[in-house]
Amino acid sequence: MQTRQPLVESPNGAGELSNDEISRYSRHLIMPEVALDGQKKLKAAKVLTVGTGGLGSPLALYLAAAGVGTLGIVDFDVVDESNLQRQILHGTSDVGRPKVESARDRIEDINPNVNVVVHEEALTSENALDIFADYDVIVDGTDNFPTRYLVNDACVLLGKPNVYGSIFRFEGQASVFWAEEGPCYRCLYPEPPPPGLVPSCAEGGVLGILPGAIGTIQATETVKLILGIGEPLIGRLMLYDALGMSFREMKLRKDPNCPVCGENPTVTELIDYQEFCGIPQAAAAEQANGVPEISVTELKRKMDAGENINVLDVREPHEYEVANIGVKLVPLGELPQRLAEFDQNENLAIHCKTGGRSAKAVKLLQDAGFENVYNVKGGITAWSEEIDPSVPKY
Amino acid sequence: MTKVRIPTPLRQYVSGNSEVEVSGGTAGAALDNLTDQHPDLRQHLYTGDGKLRSFVNVYKGDEDIRYLDGPDTEVSDGDELSIIPSIAGGAAGGRCREL
Repeated sequence: MQTRQPLVESPNGAGELSNDEISRYSRHLIMPEVALDGQKKLKAAKVLTVGTGGLGSPLALYLAAAGVGTLGIVDFDVVDESNLQRQILHGTSDVGRPKVESARDRIEDINPNVNVVVHEEALTSENALDIFADYDVIVDGTDNFPTRYLVNDACVLLGKPNVYGSIFRFEGQASVFWAEEGPCYRCLYPEPPPPGLVPSCAEGGVLGILPGAIGTIQATETVKLILGIGEPLIGRLMLYDALGMSFREMKLRKDPNCPVCGENPTVTELIDYQEFCGIPQAAAAEQANGVPEISVTELKRKMDAGENINVLDVREPHEYEVANIGVKLVPLGELPQRLAEFDQNENLAIHCKTGGRSAKAVKLLQDAGFENVYNVKGGITAWSEEIDPSVPKY
Repeated sequence: MTKVRIPTPLRQYVSGNSEVEVSGGTAGAALDNLTDQHPDLRQHLYTGDGKLRSFVNVYKGDEDIRYLDGPDTEVSDGDELSIIPSIAGGAAGGRCREL
């Protein structure tokens, strides 16, 4: 049945299944590819899921149900209402609770035989190797480039497999990066995009069901590695398009010049991943080229006092439909063609959802010769929080 | 003509299309024609000195052109090029990069 060396050996003698466990796992036990031996491997396995969000939710739920004996969860976040559209580990009554706590409760309800190990902290270059050391396989359910490169490098340095998944809007990617047997994440993408070039998930959005599909692929790959069955996604990148409902597969190759898993690695210990991903540099550049800002309270005061100030919204029409403060809408993409609609001598405050796009709009108008333009700090989100809670926050 | 598949994050630079047909005998020429038609796309694919960015891969069929002949990889009618950028999403909305 086995097609490869299983990641975990089933323990001799120890690790026997109780009668309750035999009943619980009966649908596994009657499959020759799993059987009693495989179920004991699952029970002996230690899996770490990094993140208990969109991808971490289906992962943790299915791995717990499947009988993975030790499930580590890393997260430092608390459950927010906007998570519930896709993060099915957490429920409405969990809003405000630490995610690791609500995840632990849910996992223990699904399968009390699972030993849940909680790491309520951010994964960093300082703690990653220590945390990873205890696990057989690491599953990457993170949401940002610095942590993805950190997870990759730590897995390469420790020789552990990294079950990868990533999502955006209607599209997902999945693979198994394992430098011992194939390429790593850096072989695929040597460097991350500079901050700001790729839209963030909060601004780009994601179909709530999408992480279910990708997280379930990650869970499947994890179980296959543990059992040593089937063909793992090592050296293959699976692309899923929910709108076209298609799966495509790309070949991945190990890069002999890879800085971490290549023939002459230059990265031999964990580095500063914020720095590597250009986060502090981007923040410094943003400060240096800072655009003039106005707070929502100051804006409200000026509007109430009848001062000369126009307000412009540069979000998209479908966002305007969700929430607006009754001001003129010109989406950022249309602004360059519509400059004639504005008077250079007037004061203009520009807002978007949180301040990113409106900063670009202010820069654009400044470059076009406008002098009295201001970025509304925190956007309509801040307006909703500080000025008018009847404006919905999305 | 060669079909180029455009991933979601870059569709805004090609009038929202998921596929664009371009001419060109090599992968590089096909991408040049694509970015000539859609100039806003160029900075997302290439660095200032004209190299493909390191977080964007281009595949001919299921092969990364880095392991074929790079931009000189021949493409003929019916070949399909795919642009596959790195994406990072996965976990909490609250921790998404707000830039």
